[in-house]
Amino acid sequence: MTAEQPLVLGIETSCDETGVGIVRGETLLVDAVASSVDDHARFGGVVPEVASRAHLEEMVPTIERACREAGVTLGDLDAISVTAGPGLAGSLMVGVASAKALALSLGVPLYGVNHLASHVAVDIVEHGPLPEPTMALLVSGGHSSLLLVPDVTSDIRSLGSTIDDAAGEAFDKVARVLGLPFPGGPYIDRAAREGQVVIDFPRGLTTGRDMERHRFDFSFSGLKTAVSRWVQAREAAGEPVPVNDVAASFQEAVVDVLTRKAVLACREQGAQHLQIGGGVAANSRLRAMAQSRCDDAGIELRVPRPGLCTDNGAMVAALGAQMVLKGRDASRLDLPADSSMPVTQISA
Amino acid sequence: MLILAIDTSTSAITVALHDEARVLAQESHLDPRAHTEWVTPLIASCLSAASVTPGDLTAIAVGNGPGPFTGLRVGIVTGLTMGHALGVPVLGICSLDVLAEQSAALTEGELLVATDARRKEVYWARYAVRPGSVQALTSPAVDRPADLPDEVRALPTAGRGPALYPELFAHALPVLDVDAAMLARVAVERTLAGTPMPVEPLYLRRPDALTTAERAAR
Ligand SMILES: [Zn+2]
Repeated sequence: MTAEQPLVLGIETSCDETGVGIVRGETLLVDAVASSVDDHARFGGVVPEVASRAHLEEMVPTIERACREAGVTLGDLDAISVTAGPGLAGSLMVGVASAKALALSLGVPLYGVNHLASHVAVDIVEHGPLPEPTMALLVSGGHSSLLLVPDVTSDIRSLGSTIDDAAGEAFDKVARVLGLPFPGGPYIDRAAREGQVVIDFPRGLTTGRDMERHRFDFSFSGLKTAVSRWVQAREAAGEPVPVNDVAASFQEAVVDVLTRKAVLACREQGAQHLQIGGGVAANSRLRAMAQSRCDDAGIELRVPRPGLCTDNGAMVAALGAQMVLKGRDASRLDLPADSSMPVTQISA
Repeated sequence: MLILAIDTSTSAITVALHDEARVLAQESHLDPRAHTEWVTPLIASCLSAASVTPGDLTAIAVGNGPGPFTGLRVGIVTGLTMGHALGVPVLGICSLDVLAEQSAALTEGELLVATDARRKEVYWARYAVRPGSVQALTSPAVDRPADLPDEVRALPTAGRGPALYPELFAHALPVLDVDAAMLARVAVERTLAGTPMPVEPLYLRRPDALTTAERAAR
Protein backbone atom coordinates (compact mmCIF):
# COMPACT_ATOMS: atom_id res chain seq x y z
CA MET A 1 0.00 0.00 0.00
CA THR A 2 1.27 3.48 -0.78
CA ALA A 3 0.58 5.14 2.56
CA GLU A 4 0.05 8.59 1.03
CA GLN A 5 -2.45 7.43 -1.59
CA PRO A 6 -4.44 4.43 -0.35
CA LEU A 7 -6.81 2.97 -2.92
CA VAL A 8 -10.11 2.41 -1.13
CA LEU A 9 -13.42 0.98 -2.34
CA GLY A 10 -16.49 2.15 -0.42
CA ILE A 11 -19.90 0.46 -0.31
CA GLU A 12 -23.11 2.24 0.65
CA THR A 13 -26.46 0.43 0.99
CA SER A 14 -28.17 2.22 3.87
CA CYS A 15 -31.31 3.12 1.93
CA ASP A 16 -32.40 2.61 -1.68
CA GLU A 17 -29.17 3.35 -3.58
CA THR A 18 -26.55 0.65 -4.12
CA GLY A 19 -23.40 2.79 -4.19
CA VAL A 20 -19.82 1.78 -4.87
CA GLY A 21 -17.12 4.45 -5.01
CA ILE A 22 -13.37 4.22 -5.39
CA VAL A 23 -11.01 6.86 -4.03
CA ARG A 24 -7.25 7.13 -4.26
CA GLY A 25 -6.16 9.21 -1.27
CA GLU A 26 -8.24 12.36 -1.66
CA THR A 27 -9.02 11.86 -5.34
CA LEU A 28 -12.30 10.43 -6.53
CA LEU A 29 -11.84 7.83 -9.27
CA VAL A 30 -15.41 6.64 -9.67
CA ASP A 31 -18.83 6.86 -8.11
CA ALA A 32 -21.11 4.08 -9.35
CA VAL A 33 -24.72 4.09 -8.15
CA ALA A 34 -27.59 1.76 -8.94
CA SER A 35 -30.82 3.28 -7.70
CA SER A 36 -34.03 1.40 -7.01
CA VAL A 37 -35.99 4.67 -6.75
CA ASP A 38 -38.14 3.75 -9.76
CA ASP A 39 -39.21 0.55 -7.98
CA HIS A 40 -40.19 2.58 -4.93
CA ALA A 41 -42.05 5.28 -6.86
CA ARG A 42 -44.83 2.72 -7.52
CA PHE A 43 -45.26 2.43 -3.75
CA GLY A 44 -45.09 6.17 -3.04
CA GLY A 45 -42.10 5.75 -0.74
CA VAL A 46 -39.10 3.58 0.02
CA VAL A 47 -40.15 0.00 0.84
CA PRO A 48 -37.34 -1.65 2.85
CA GLU A 49 -37.83 -5.13 1.39
CA VAL A 50 -37.86 -3.77 -2.18
CA ALA A 51 -34.63 -1.90 -1.41
CA SER A 52 -32.94 -4.96 0.11
CA ARG A 53 -33.82 -7.17 -2.86
CA ALA A 54 -32.46 -4.57 -5.25
CA HIS A 55 -29.23 -4.30 -3.25
CA LEU A 56 -28.67 -8.04 -3.53
CA GLU A 57 -29.21 -7.91 -7.30
CA GLU A 58 -27.08 -4.82 -7.87
CA MET A 59 -24.22 -5.38 -5.40
CA VAL A 60 -21.76 -7.36 -7.50
CA PRO A 61 -22.63 -5.68 -10.84
CA THR A 62 -22.07 -2.27 -9.21
CA ILE A 63 -18.69 -3.33 -7.76
CA GLU A 64 -17.76 -4.64 -11.21
CA ARG A 65 -18.82 -1.44 -12.95
CA ALA A 66 -16.97 0.78 -10.45
CA CYS A 67 -13.71 -1.11 -10.99
CA ARG A 68 -14.10 -1.09 -14.76
CA GLU A 69 -14.82 2.64 -14.92
CA ALA A 70 -11.97 3.46 -12.51
CA GLY A 71 -9.56 1.26 -14.44
CA VAL A 72 -8.53 -0.68 -11.33
CA THR A 73 -8.78 -4.33 -10.39
CA LEU A 74 -9.93 -5.55 -7.00
CA GLY A 75 -6.41 -6.82 -6.38
CA ASP A 76 -5.13 -3.22 -6.45
CA LEU A 77 -7.25 -2.17 -3.45
CA ASP A 78 -5.63 -1.26 -0.13
CA ALA A 79 -8.82 -1.26 1.97
CA ILE A 80 -12.60 -1.67 1.87
CA SER A 81 -14.98 0.66 3.66
CA VAL A 82 -18.71 0.24 4.14
CA THR A 83 -21.62 2.02 5.76
CA ALA A 84 -22.19 0.14 9.04
CA GLY A 85 -25.11 2.43 10.01
CA PRO A 86 -27.42 4.18 10.52
CA GLY A 87 -29.98 3.11 7.92
CA LEU A 88 -32.42 0.36 7.01
CA ALA A 89 -31.22 -2.79 8.78
CA GLY A 90 -31.89 -5.25 5.94
CA SER A 91 -30.27 -2.95 3.38
CA LEU A 92 -27.20 -2.27 5.51
CA MET A 93 -26.64 -6.00 5.99
CA VAL A 94 -26.27 -6.61 2.24
CA GLY A 95 -23.52 -4.00 1.97
CA VAL A 96 -21.77 -5.02 5.19
CA ALA A 97 -21.75 -8.70 4.23
CA SER A 98 -20.44 -7.90 0.76
CA ALA A 99 -17.70 -5.63 2.15
CA LYS A 100 -16.55 -8.33 4.56
CA ALA A 101 -16.47 -10.89 1.76
CA LEU A 102 -14.28 -8.52 -0.28
CA ALA A 103 -11.95 -7.80 2.64
CA LEU A 104 -11.54 -11.52 3.40
CA SER A 105 -11.08 -12.53 -0.24
CA LEU A 106 -8.53 -9.79 -0.95
CA GLY A 107 -6.77 -9.87 2.42
CA VAL A 108 -7.19 -6.13 3.03
CA PRO A 109 -8.52 -4.23 6.07
CA LEU A 110 -12.21 -3.40 6.47
CA TYR A 111 -13.55 -0.10 7.82
CA GLY A 112 -17.18 -0.04 8.94
CA VAL A 113 -18.07 3.65 9.02
CA ASN A 114 -20.94 5.96 9.90
CA HIS A 115 -23.20 7.05 7.06
CA LEU A 116 -23.53 10.64 8.34
CA ALA A 117 -19.79 11.05 8.83
CA SER A 118 -19.39 9.85 5.24
CA HIS A 119 -21.75 12.59 4.03
CA VAL A 120 -19.33 15.07 5.63
CA ALA A 121 -16.14 13.38 4.39
CA VAL A 122 -17.25 13.35 0.74
CA ASP A 123 -16.44 17.03 0.38
CA ILE A 124 -12.75 16.17 0.76
CA VAL A 125 -12.76 14.62 -2.74
CA GLU A 126 -14.69 17.62 -4.05
CA HIS A 127 -13.13 20.66 -2.35
CA GLY A 128 -10.02 19.33 -0.60
CA PRO A 129 -9.21 18.79 3.09
CA LEU A 130 -11.95 19.68 5.54
CA PRO A 131 -11.39 22.85 7.56
CA GLU A 132 -11.27 21.95 11.25
CA PRO A 133 -13.79 22.49 12.64
CA THR A 134 -16.43 22.30 9.92
CA MET A 135 -20.12 22.82 10.60
CA ALA A 136 -22.21 20.31 8.65
CA LEU A 137 -25.90 20.52 7.88
CA LEU A 138 -27.11 17.12 6.61
CA VAL A 139 -30.58 17.14 5.15
CA SER A 140 -32.23 14.26 3.28
CA GLY A 141 -35.22 11.94 3.37
CA GLY A 142 -33.58 10.14 6.28
CA HIS A 143 -31.75 12.82 8.21
CA SER A 144 -31.75 16.44 9.37
CA SER A 145 -28.68 17.00 11.49
CA LEU A 146 -26.48 19.86 12.48
CA LEU A 147 -23.00 18.59 13.30
CA LEU A 148 -19.85 20.22 14.59
CA VAL A 149 -16.94 18.33 13.07
CA PRO A 150 -13.51 18.94 14.63
CA ASP A 151 -12.13 15.76 12.95
CA VAL A 152 -14.21 13.63 10.60
CA THR A 153 -12.29 10.46 11.52
CA SER A 154 -12.49 10.81 15.30
CA ASP A 155 -14.64 13.65 16.62
CA ILE A 156 -18.15 14.57 15.50
CA ARG A 157 -20.55 16.35 17.85
CA SER A 158 -24.27 16.46 17.31
CA LEU A 159 -25.69 19.93 17.97
CA GLY A 160 -29.21 19.12 16.90
CA SER A 161 -31.43 17.02 14.69
CA THR A 162 -35.08 16.68 13.76
CA ILE A 163 -37.44 15.74 16.57
CA ASP A 164 -40.01 14.35 14.11
CA ASP A 165 -39.84 14.20 10.30
CA ALA A 166 -36.61 14.53 8.32
CA ALA A 167 -36.51 17.52 5.96
CA GLY A 168 -36.69 15.35 2.85
CA GLU A 169 -39.57 13.41 4.34
CA ALA A 170 -41.50 16.68 4.72
CA PHE A 171 -40.87 17.38 1.02
CA ASP A 172 -42.22 13.92 0.11
CA LYS A 173 -45.31 14.30 2.27
CA VAL A 174 -46.14 17.78 1.05
CA ALA A 175 -45.59 16.65 -2.55
CA ARG A 176 -48.20 13.95 -1.95
CA VAL A 177 -50.63 16.55 -0.55
CA LEU A 178 -50.08 18.64 -3.68
CA GLY A 179 -50.47 15.66 -6.03
CA LEU A 180 -46.79 15.76 -7.08
CA PRO A 181 -44.79 12.52 -7.64
CA PHE A 182 -42.28 10.78 -5.35
CA PRO A 183 -39.55 11.67 -4.50
CA GLY A 184 -41.03 15.07 -3.75
CA GLY A 185 -37.92 17.27 -3.48
CA PRO A 186 -37.18 17.98 -7.16
CA TYR A 187 -40.89 18.44 -8.01
CA ILE A 188 -41.46 20.93 -5.19
CA ASP A 189 -38.29 22.79 -6.17
CA ARG A 190 -39.53 23.03 -9.77
CA ALA A 191 -43.06 24.08 -8.78
CA ALA A 192 -41.71 26.64 -6.31
CA ARG A 193 -39.73 28.37 -9.05
CA GLU A 194 -43.05 29.10 -10.80
CA GLY A 195 -44.71 30.31 -7.60
CA GLN A 196 -44.57 33.11 -5.04
CA VAL A 197 -44.00 32.95 -1.30
CA VAL A 198 -47.42 34.24 -0.30
CA ILE A 199 -48.40 32.01 2.62
CA ASP A 200 -46.70 32.41 5.97
CA PHE A 201 -46.29 28.80 7.09
CA PRO A 202 -44.94 28.10 10.61
CA ARG A 203 -41.21 27.88 11.33
CA GLY A 204 -40.85 25.02 13.83
CA LEU A 205 -38.70 25.42 16.98
CA THR A 206 -37.59 28.98 16.22
CA THR A 207 -39.11 31.05 18.99
CA GLY A 208 -39.01 31.58 22.76
CA ARG A 209 -38.57 28.48 24.90
CA ASP A 210 -37.95 26.32 21.84
CA MET A 211 -34.77 28.28 21.07
CA GLU A 212 -33.52 27.36 24.55
CA ARG A 213 -34.55 23.72 24.70
CA HIS A 214 -34.23 22.91 20.99
CA ARG A 215 -31.77 25.55 19.85
CA PHE A 216 -30.38 23.50 16.96
CA ASP A 217 -33.13 20.93 16.58
CA PHE A 218 -35.66 20.91 13.77
CA SER A 219 -39.34 20.01 13.50
CA PHE A 220 -41.18 19.71 10.21
CA SER A 221 -44.26 17.77 11.23
CA GLY A 222 -46.25 20.87 12.27
CA LEU A 223 -45.34 22.55 9.00
CA LYS A 224 -46.53 19.56 7.00
CA THR A 225 -49.83 19.57 8.93
CA ALA A 226 -50.23 23.31 8.35
CA VAL A 227 -49.79 22.81 4.60
CA SER A 228 -52.34 19.95 4.55
CA ARG A 229 -54.89 22.03 6.46
CA TRP A 230 -54.37 25.01 4.19
CA VAL A 231 -54.88 22.87 1.10
CA GLN A 232 -57.93 21.11 2.58
CA ALA A 233 -59.53 24.46 3.48
CA ARG A 234 -59.09 25.62 -0.09
CA GLU A 235 -60.56 22.43 -1.46
CA ALA A 236 -63.48 22.56 1.02
CA ALA A 237 -64.24 26.10 -0.14
CA GLY A 238 -64.29 24.84 -3.72
CA GLU A 239 -61.36 27.03 -4.68
CA PRO A 240 -58.41 25.90 -6.82
CA VAL A 241 -55.16 25.08 -4.97
CA PRO A 242 -52.30 27.31 -6.15
CA VAL A 243 -49.81 24.43 -6.18
CA ASN A 244 -46.81 26.54 -7.16
CA ASP A 245 -47.43 29.15 -4.45
CA VAL A 246 -47.97 26.50 -1.78
CA ALA A 247 -44.77 24.74 -2.87
CA ALA A 248 -42.80 28.00 -2.77
CA SER A 249 -44.17 28.98 0.63
CA PHE A 250 -43.57 25.54 2.13
CA GLN A 251 -40.04 25.38 0.74
CA GLU A 252 -39.29 28.87 2.04
CA ALA A 253 -40.32 27.84 5.55
CA VAL A 254 -38.08 24.75 5.52
CA VAL A 255 -35.09 26.52 4.02
CA ASP A 256 -35.44 29.53 6.29
CA VAL A 257 -35.23 27.39 9.45
CA LEU A 258 -32.40 25.20 8.16
CA THR A 259 -30.15 28.07 7.11
CA ARG A 260 -30.98 30.32 10.06
CA LYS A 261 -30.03 27.63 12.58
CA ALA A 262 -26.97 26.50 10.63
CA VAL A 263 -25.52 30.01 10.44
CA LEU A 264 -26.33 30.64 14.10
CA ALA A 265 -24.50 27.43 15.00
CA CYS A 266 -21.45 28.51 12.99
CA ARG A 267 -21.37 31.85 14.80
CA GLU A 268 -21.79 30.40 18.26
CA GLN A 269 -19.29 27.57 17.72
CA GLY A 270 -16.74 29.68 15.90
CA ALA A 271 -16.89 27.63 12.70
CA GLN A 272 -15.77 29.52 9.60
CA HIS A 273 -17.07 26.89 7.19
CA LEU A 274 -20.52 25.45 6.61
CA GLN A 275 -20.98 22.31 4.55
CA ILE A 276 -24.38 21.13 3.35
CA GLY A 277 -24.95 17.50 2.39
CA GLY A 278 -27.77 15.02 1.86
CA GLY A 279 -30.32 14.87 -0.95
CA VAL A 280 -32.05 18.11 0.07
CA ALA A 281 -28.76 19.94 -0.57
CA ALA A 282 -29.74 19.73 -4.24
CA ASN A 283 -32.62 22.15 -3.52
CA SER A 284 -31.95 25.38 -5.39
CA ARG A 285 -33.59 27.65 -2.82
CA LEU A 286 -31.60 26.05 0.02
CA ARG A 287 -28.35 26.65 -1.86
CA ALA A 288 -29.26 30.26 -2.67
CA MET A 289 -30.39 31.22 0.83
CA ALA A 290 -27.46 29.44 2.48
CA GLN A 291 -25.07 31.27 0.16
CA SER A 292 -26.50 34.70 0.91
CA ARG A 293 -26.70 34.14 4.68
CA CYS A 294 -23.15 32.73 4.77
CA ASP A 295 -21.91 35.69 2.74
CA ASP A 296 -23.55 38.07 5.22
CA ALA A 297 -21.97 36.26 8.14
CA GLY A 298 -18.51 35.88 6.58
CA ILE A 299 -18.77 32.10 6.49
CA GLU A 300 -17.48 29.99 3.61
CA LEU A 301 -20.16 27.66 2.22
CA ARG A 302 -19.14 24.28 0.81
CA VAL A 303 -21.69 22.18 -1.04
CA PRO A 304 -20.55 19.09 -2.97
CA ARG A 305 -22.08 18.57 -6.40
CA PRO A 306 -25.60 17.06 -6.25
CA GLY A 307 -24.48 13.50 -7.13
CA LEU A 308 -22.16 13.49 -4.11
CA CYS A 309 -24.81 14.98 -1.79
CA THR A 310 -27.23 12.12 -2.21
CA ASP A 311 -26.29 8.69 -0.83
CA ASN A 312 -23.33 7.25 -2.73
CA GLY A 313 -20.34 4.96 -2.38
CA ALA A 314 -17.78 7.71 -3.01
CA MET A 315 -18.52 9.27 0.36
CA VAL A 316 -17.89 5.98 2.14
CA ALA A 317 -14.66 5.48 0.20
CA ALA A 318 -13.63 9.06 1.00
CA LEU A 319 -14.07 8.48 4.73
CA GLY A 320 -12.39 5.07 4.50
CA ALA A 321 -9.34 6.67 2.87
CA GLN A 322 -9.19 9.23 5.69
CA MET A 323 -9.34 6.40 8.25
CA VAL A 324 -6.35 4.78 6.54
CA LEU A 325 -4.45 8.06 6.21
CA LYS A 326 -5.00 8.93 9.89
CA GLY A 327 -4.05 5.42 11.03
CA ARG A 328 -7.42 4.66 12.64
CA ASP A 329 -8.19 1.08 13.71
CA ALA A 330 -9.78 -1.22 11.15
CA SER A 331 -13.03 -3.05 11.95
CA ARG A 332 -13.25 -6.71 12.86
CA LEU A 333 -14.89 -9.26 10.58
CA ASP A 334 -17.72 -9.70 13.10
CA LEU A 335 -18.74 -6.07 12.53
CA PRO A 336 -22.53 -5.79 12.87
CA ALA A 337 -24.83 -3.57 10.81
CA ASP A 338 -26.19 -0.99 13.27
CA SER A 339 -29.41 0.59 12.00
CA SER A 340 -29.39 3.20 14.78
CA MET A 341 -25.65 3.93 14.93
CA PRO A 342 -25.23 7.31 16.66
CA VAL A 343 -23.54 10.03 14.64
CA THR A 344 -20.92 10.46 17.35
CA GLN A 345 -19.71 6.92 16.61
CA ILE A 346 -17.66 7.33 13.45
CA SER A 347 -16.57 3.74 12.95
CA ALA A 348 -17.43 0.34 14.35
CA MET B 1 -12.15 -28.99 -6.77
CA LEU B 2 -12.21 -26.98 -3.54
CA ILE B 3 -15.70 -25.76 -2.72
CA LEU B 4 -16.71 -23.35 0.02
CA ALA B 5 -20.37 -23.85 0.99
CA ILE B 6 -22.43 -21.20 2.80
CA ASP B 7 -26.02 -21.36 4.01
CA THR B 8 -27.92 -18.75 6.03
CA SER B 9 -31.49 -19.80 5.27
CA THR B 10 -32.21 -21.38 8.67
CA SER B 11 -31.32 -20.54 12.28
CA ALA B 12 -27.80 -21.82 11.72
CA ILE B 13 -25.08 -19.81 10.07
CA THR B 14 -23.19 -22.68 8.50
CA VAL B 15 -20.09 -22.96 6.28
CA ALA B 16 -17.97 -25.87 5.09
CA LEU B 17 -15.05 -26.70 2.81
CA HIS B 18 -15.09 -29.74 0.53
CA ASP B 19 -12.29 -30.94 -1.73
CA GLU B 20 -14.42 -33.38 -3.80
CA ALA B 21 -13.28 -36.35 -1.71
CA ARG B 22 -14.27 -35.18 1.76
CA VAL B 23 -15.27 -32.32 4.02
CA LEU B 24 -12.07 -30.54 5.09
CA ALA B 25 -13.60 -28.19 7.65
CA GLN B 26 -16.99 -27.04 8.84
CA GLU B 27 -18.30 -24.41 11.22
CA SER B 28 -21.82 -23.59 12.35
CA HIS B 29 -23.27 -21.10 14.77
CA LEU B 30 -26.87 -21.04 15.95
CA ASP B 31 -28.37 -17.53 16.00
CA PRO B 32 -31.31 -16.59 13.77
CA ARG B 33 -30.57 -12.85 14.17
CA ALA B 34 -26.81 -12.60 13.70
CA HIS B 35 -26.02 -13.86 10.20
CA THR B 36 -24.17 -10.65 9.29
CA GLU B 37 -21.85 -10.90 12.29
CA TRP B 38 -21.00 -14.58 11.99
CA VAL B 39 -20.75 -15.70 8.40
CA THR B 40 -17.41 -14.16 7.41
CA PRO B 41 -15.56 -15.05 10.64
CA LEU B 42 -16.79 -18.64 10.27
CA ILE B 43 -15.47 -18.74 6.70
CA ALA B 44 -12.13 -17.34 7.87
CA SER B 45 -11.87 -19.98 10.57
CA CYS B 46 -12.78 -22.81 8.16
CA LEU B 47 -10.12 -21.66 5.72
CA SER B 48 -7.48 -21.51 8.39
CA ALA B 49 -8.52 -24.86 9.92
CA ALA B 50 -7.99 -26.45 6.50
CA SER B 51 -4.80 -24.43 5.89
CA VAL B 52 -6.07 -23.01 2.62
CA THR B 53 -6.34 -19.43 1.40
CA PRO B 54 -9.31 -17.82 -0.38
CA GLY B 55 -7.29 -17.97 -3.60
CA ASP B 56 -7.26 -21.80 -3.44
CA LEU B 57 -11.06 -22.03 -3.78
CA THR B 58 -12.42 -23.27 -7.10
CA ALA B 59 -16.12 -22.60 -6.47
CA ILE B 60 -18.54 -21.23 -3.89
CA ALA B 61 -21.90 -22.86 -3.18
CA VAL B 62 -24.73 -20.98 -1.49
CA GLY B 63 -28.11 -22.04 -0.19
CA ASN B 64 -30.79 -20.30 -2.28
CA GLY B 65 -33.29 -20.62 0.56
CA PRO B 66 -36.19 -20.30 0.99
CA GLY B 67 -35.62 -18.70 4.38
CA PRO B 68 -36.19 -15.47 6.29
CA PHE B 69 -35.13 -12.83 3.76
CA THR B 70 -32.66 -10.74 5.71
CA GLY B 71 -30.49 -13.63 6.85
CA LEU B 72 -30.82 -15.45 3.52
CA ARG B 73 -29.43 -12.45 1.62
CA VAL B 74 -26.36 -12.27 3.88
CA GLY B 75 -25.17 -15.72 2.83
CA ILE B 76 -25.98 -15.21 -0.84
CA VAL B 77 -24.29 -11.82 -1.14
CA THR B 78 -21.25 -13.14 0.74
CA GLY B 79 -20.96 -16.02 -1.74
CA LEU B 80 -21.57 -13.84 -4.79
CA THR B 81 -19.01 -11.26 -3.69
CA MET B 82 -16.35 -13.85 -2.87
CA GLY B 83 -16.97 -15.57 -6.19
CA HIS B 84 -16.52 -12.28 -8.01
CA ALA B 85 -13.43 -11.26 -6.05
CA LEU B 86 -11.79 -14.66 -6.53
CA GLY B 87 -12.95 -15.20 -10.10
CA VAL B 88 -14.66 -18.52 -9.35
CA PRO B 89 -18.21 -19.71 -10.12
CA VAL B 90 -20.97 -19.37 -7.55
CA LEU B 91 -23.48 -22.23 -7.40
CA GLY B 92 -26.97 -21.98 -5.91
CA ILE B 93 -28.85 -24.91 -4.34
CA CYS B 94 -32.33 -24.99 -2.80
CA SER B 95 -31.80 -25.17 0.97
CA LEU B 96 -34.79 -27.51 1.41
CA ASP B 97 -33.01 -30.02 -0.87
CA VAL B 98 -30.09 -29.98 1.56
CA LEU B 99 -32.34 -30.65 4.55
CA ALA B 100 -33.88 -33.57 2.61
CA GLU B 101 -30.40 -34.98 1.92
CA GLN B 102 -29.54 -34.61 5.61
CA SER B 103 -32.64 -36.72 6.42
CA ALA B 104 -32.10 -39.43 3.83
CA ALA B 105 -30.29 -41.75 6.20
CA LEU B 106 -33.13 -41.52 8.74
CA THR B 107 -36.06 -42.56 6.61
CA GLU B 108 -37.21 -44.20 3.43
CA GLY B 109 -40.05 -43.41 1.09
CA GLU B 110 -41.64 -39.97 1.23
CA LEU B 111 -40.35 -37.14 3.32
CA LEU B 112 -41.51 -33.60 4.08
CA VAL B 113 -39.24 -30.63 4.76
CA ALA B 114 -40.95 -27.77 6.64
CA THR B 115 -38.92 -24.80 7.85
CA ASP B 116 -39.76 -21.59 9.69
CA ALA B 117 -41.09 -18.95 7.30
CA ARG B 118 -42.15 -16.69 10.22
CA ARG B 119 -45.62 -15.06 10.14
CA LYS B 120 -47.12 -18.40 11.23
CA GLU B 121 -46.15 -20.04 7.95
CA VAL B 122 -43.68 -22.71 6.83
CA TYR B 123 -41.56 -23.14 3.73
CA TRP B 124 -42.06 -26.69 2.58
CA ALA B 125 -41.45 -29.29 -0.13
CA ARG B 126 -41.97 -33.05 -0.48
CA TYR B 127 -39.23 -35.49 -1.39
CA ALA B 128 -38.90 -39.16 -2.32
CA VAL B 129 -36.01 -41.00 -0.65
CA ARG B 130 -34.70 -44.09 -2.42
CA PRO B 131 -31.42 -45.85 -1.80
CA GLY B 132 -28.77 -43.50 -3.18
CA SER B 133 -31.13 -40.76 -4.30
CA VAL B 134 -33.28 -37.99 -2.95
CA GLN B 135 -35.73 -36.50 -5.40
CA ALA B 136 -37.93 -33.40 -5.02
CA LEU B 137 -41.60 -34.16 -5.69
CA THR B 138 -42.82 -30.57 -5.35
CA SER B 139 -41.37 -27.09 -5.78
CA PRO B 140 -40.72 -25.16 -2.57
CA ALA B 141 -43.81 -23.32 -1.34
CA VAL B 142 -44.89 -21.18 1.60
CA ASP B 143 -48.14 -21.86 3.47
CA ARG B 144 -49.81 -21.95 6.86
CA PRO B 145 -48.98 -25.41 8.21
CA ALA B 146 -52.65 -26.17 8.88
CA ASP B 147 -53.35 -25.66 5.18
CA LEU B 148 -51.10 -28.58 4.18
CA PRO B 149 -53.08 -31.78 3.49
CA ASP B 150 -53.25 -34.16 6.46
CA GLU B 151 -51.37 -36.93 4.64
CA VAL B 152 -48.51 -34.51 3.85
CA ARG B 153 -48.22 -33.33 7.46
CA ALA B 154 -48.16 -36.97 8.57
CA LEU B 155 -44.93 -37.65 6.64
CA PRO B 156 -41.58 -37.81 8.43
CA THR B 157 -40.69 -34.12 8.59
CA ALA B 158 -37.32 -32.34 8.68
CA GLY B 159 -36.77 -28.67 9.55
CA ARG B 160 -38.07 -26.55 12.42
CA GLY B 161 -41.72 -26.81 11.36
CA PRO B 162 -42.52 -29.71 13.75
CA ALA B 163 -40.76 -27.98 16.65
CA LEU B 164 -42.81 -24.82 16.05
CA TYR B 165 -46.13 -26.56 15.37
CA PRO B 166 -45.90 -29.91 17.20
CA GLU B 167 -49.68 -30.42 17.10
CA LEU B 168 -49.69 -30.21 13.29
CA PHE B 169 -46.71 -32.40 12.37
CA ALA B 170 -46.93 -35.93 13.70
CA HIS B 171 -43.51 -37.29 12.77
CA ALA B 172 -40.54 -35.02 13.46
CA LEU B 173 -37.09 -35.98 12.23
CA PRO B 174 -34.08 -34.81 14.27
CA VAL B 175 -32.87 -32.53 11.46
CA LEU B 176 -33.48 -28.86 12.30
CA ASP B 177 -31.13 -26.60 10.36
CA VAL B 178 -29.09 -26.72 7.18
CA ASP B 179 -25.60 -28.19 7.51
CA ALA B 180 -23.16 -26.66 5.01
CA ALA B 181 -21.17 -29.89 4.92
CA MET B 182 -24.16 -31.50 3.19
CA LEU B 183 -24.64 -28.43 0.99
CA ALA B 184 -21.02 -28.83 -0.11
CA ARG B 185 -21.55 -32.55 -0.86
CA VAL B 186 -24.63 -31.78 -2.94
CA ALA B 187 -22.68 -29.08 -4.80
CA VAL B 188 -19.89 -31.57 -5.59
CA GLU B 189 -22.39 -34.21 -6.79
CA ARG B 190 -24.29 -31.78 -8.98
CA THR B 191 -21.07 -30.34 -10.40
CA LEU B 192 -19.91 -33.84 -11.37
CA ALA B 193 -23.33 -34.55 -12.85
CA GLY B 194 -23.27 -31.31 -14.82
CA THR B 195 -26.48 -30.03 -13.21
CA PRO B 196 -26.99 -26.27 -13.65
CA MET B 197 -27.02 -24.44 -10.29
CA PRO B 198 -28.16 -20.83 -10.75
CA VAL B 199 -27.96 -18.53 -7.73
CA GLU B 200 -31.43 -17.23 -7.12
CA PRO B 201 -32.86 -16.18 -3.74
CA LEU B 202 -36.09 -18.10 -3.19
CA TYR B 203 -38.30 -15.47 -1.56
CA LEU B 204 -41.66 -17.09 -2.48
CA ARG B 205 -43.43 -13.95 -1.22
CA ARG B 206 -43.68 -10.54 -2.79
CA PRO B 207 -42.51 -7.52 -0.77
CA ASP B 208 -44.95 -6.56 1.92
CA ALA B 209 -46.32 -3.31 0.53
CA LEU B 210 -49.13 -2.00 -1.61
CA THR B 211 -48.50 0.16 -4.66
CA THR B 212 -50.23 3.53 -4.73
CA ALA B 213 -52.56 2.10 -7.40
CA GLU B 214 -53.44 -0.86 -5.15
CA ARG B 215 -54.05 1.44 -2.18
CA ALA B 216 -56.36 3.60 -4.29
CA ALA B 217 -58.28 0.50 -5.41
CA ARG B 218 -59.09 -0.51 -1.81
ZN1 LIG C 1 -27.77 9.87 3.59
